[in-house]
Amino acid sequence: MNAQLILDNLPTLLWGAYPNGPLGGLALTLLLASLAGLGSALLGVAGGVALTMWQGWPKRLLAALVGFLRAIPVLMLIFWAYFLLPILFGVDIPEIATVVAALALIGGAYLAHGAAAGLAAVGRGQWQAGLSLGLSRWQTLRLIALPQALRMMLPSFVNQWVALIKDTSLAYIVGVSELTYVATQLNNRTLVYPTEVFLFVGLMYFLLCSSLQLAAAHWSRRLRVA
Amino acid sequence: MIRLEQLTKRFAQKHGQSVTVVDSVDLQVARGEICVLLGASGCGKTTTLKMINRLITPSEGRVLIDGADTRDIDTVTLRRRIGYVIQQIGLFPNMTIEDNITVVPRLLGLDKAAYRNRARELMALVQMDPAHFLKRYPKELSGGQQQRIGVIRALAADPPVLLMDEPFGAVDPINRESIQAEFFALQRELNTTVLMVSHDIDEAIKLGDKVAVFRQGRIVQCASPDTVLAEPADDFVASFVGHDRILKRLLLVQAGSLAEQGGEPVLSEAASEAEQRAALGERRHRALPVIDAAGRAQGYVATGRAGLQPFRAIARADEDLRVVLARLYEHRLDWLPVLDADQRYLGRVSQRQIADYLGAPV
Repeated sequence: MNAQLILDNLPTLLWGAYPNGPLGGLALTLLLASLAGLGSALLGVAGGVALTMWQGWPKRLLAALVGFLRAIPVLMLIFWAYFLLPILFGVDIPEIATVVAALALIGGAYLAHGAAAGLAAVGRGQWQAGLSLGLSRWQTLRLIALPQALRMMLPSFVNQWVALIKDTSLAYIVGVSELTYVATQLNNRTLVYPTEVFLFVGLMYFLLCSSLQLAAAHWSRRLRVA
Repeated sequence: MIRLEQLTKRFAQKHGQSVTVVDSVDLQVARGEICVLLGASGCGKTTTLKMINRLITPSEGRVLIDGADTRDIDTVTLRRRIGYVIQQIGLFPNMTIEDNITVVPRLLGLDKAAYRNRARELMALVQMDPAHFLKRYPKELSGGQQQRIGVIRALAADPPVLLMDEPFGAVDPINRESIQAEFFALQRELNTTVLMVSHDIDEAIKLGDKVAVFRQGRIVQCASPDTVLAEPADDFVASFVGHDRILKRLLLVQAGSLAEQGGEPVLSEAASEAEQRAALGERRHRALPVIDAAGRAQGYVATGRAGLQPFRAIARADEDLRVVLARLYEHRLDWLPVLDADQRYLGRVSQRQIADYLGAPV
């Protein structure tokens, strides 16, 4: 084992060339995951609400879109966003933005179904109680259904965020210098220490995901007490 | 007052046929009355209820509240004027009791002090301490307490009409009895017009001024509980109210009202034993109650037994005849003295009187 190699390259692995160059490594992974996580949560809740409140063809269209996004590999979507968007619209989108957008879209599609199921699980009785008090459909959603559904949806959100953290590693394919990309570079440079390098990378992902799960478990306990 | 005219609901089924769930229902409930919609599951009573506050849109017919056609009122305004207690209570678990009760006035930005006071007032009416309960969450309350809050929430806006869908079904039998009594007192105090769905004939007898028996979307009989029990319109109503329906009429009469009709004499405590004996006369098995100057029952004197006999059992004026009859059988007595809350003697209730009442038409 060559621990010295990891120690020597620790700054690069943790935050890339920053502050002398662009942010990279674990810090960029964190940034990607946070942005995509936030985006997927917003898209997921919005999608779930739309699937619940819309009727007829807008709902069917949305359901089809969600189904499509869930059915393609994340990697494909990243490719498309990266290569196709500039060709189609003539705009140059930074790689980081493409990756965040692709991850948020796919995560959002998964969460939209979870959110719709959560809203349905709140039950007709609660909807009827709200409506019969003289609340509008949207007021019932905002004051009654959504607060209860969000509580129930927390576990599936955490699931999705954990998957998202790991999926950020796919960003290496378009040259975003997040943790996996930096580690691959280091491995290529040193050639003979793949065990050390990838053990370290695995450990980092493990720590990230576990701390998210621990935080979520703590949070949901507090929610239950409240 | 609320009036349903030719209210009808048809649902289209998948293969194109339509099913009539509620069929030309006419019903009128006067202000301050409780009308119980009684029937088996799937007979259209809940659908009828939900058409009144338009949770379900009627296919035909109309609903009038105090003479005004509710089709001219927008849905939200209509619902704020109609209280609704749903089957599963339906308190919002994410809100405190206070927020549950005041959700609408809070949303409308009404005077905070006014609606908070109203919540406290209503809670006091059902014997719940506001200071203790208002800041709690529904799941911290027992089923019975949640049910009371459900009723309070529906009454918070002082609606002229209250709809209730099997409101006491989720409460255990012991609590149900006291909650029903409490609700009845509250309803009489507020003079709210109530339409209540139930499949419990005993509940209908206890609470209803009027009972509307539903079968396959139609009202087959709409009358006072006593009439429904004594003179059911057809075999269906008779079997629905139960073959012991005549005995159920016992629930409708309190001992006090039957006692006052009895014309038996009473003896004064001040009279001498000889005078009392003289009043008993020569009849065998005769017994007469003895009362003191304040009208309180002291016991009775009877032929063939010396001295004043203590009562083995009594009936309170507010007890129903079923309780009285049970007590008569329990002690193997022919009659019981009926006493008011101050132990004053009101009269007697005998097995014979009860039999006469049950055998008589309404």
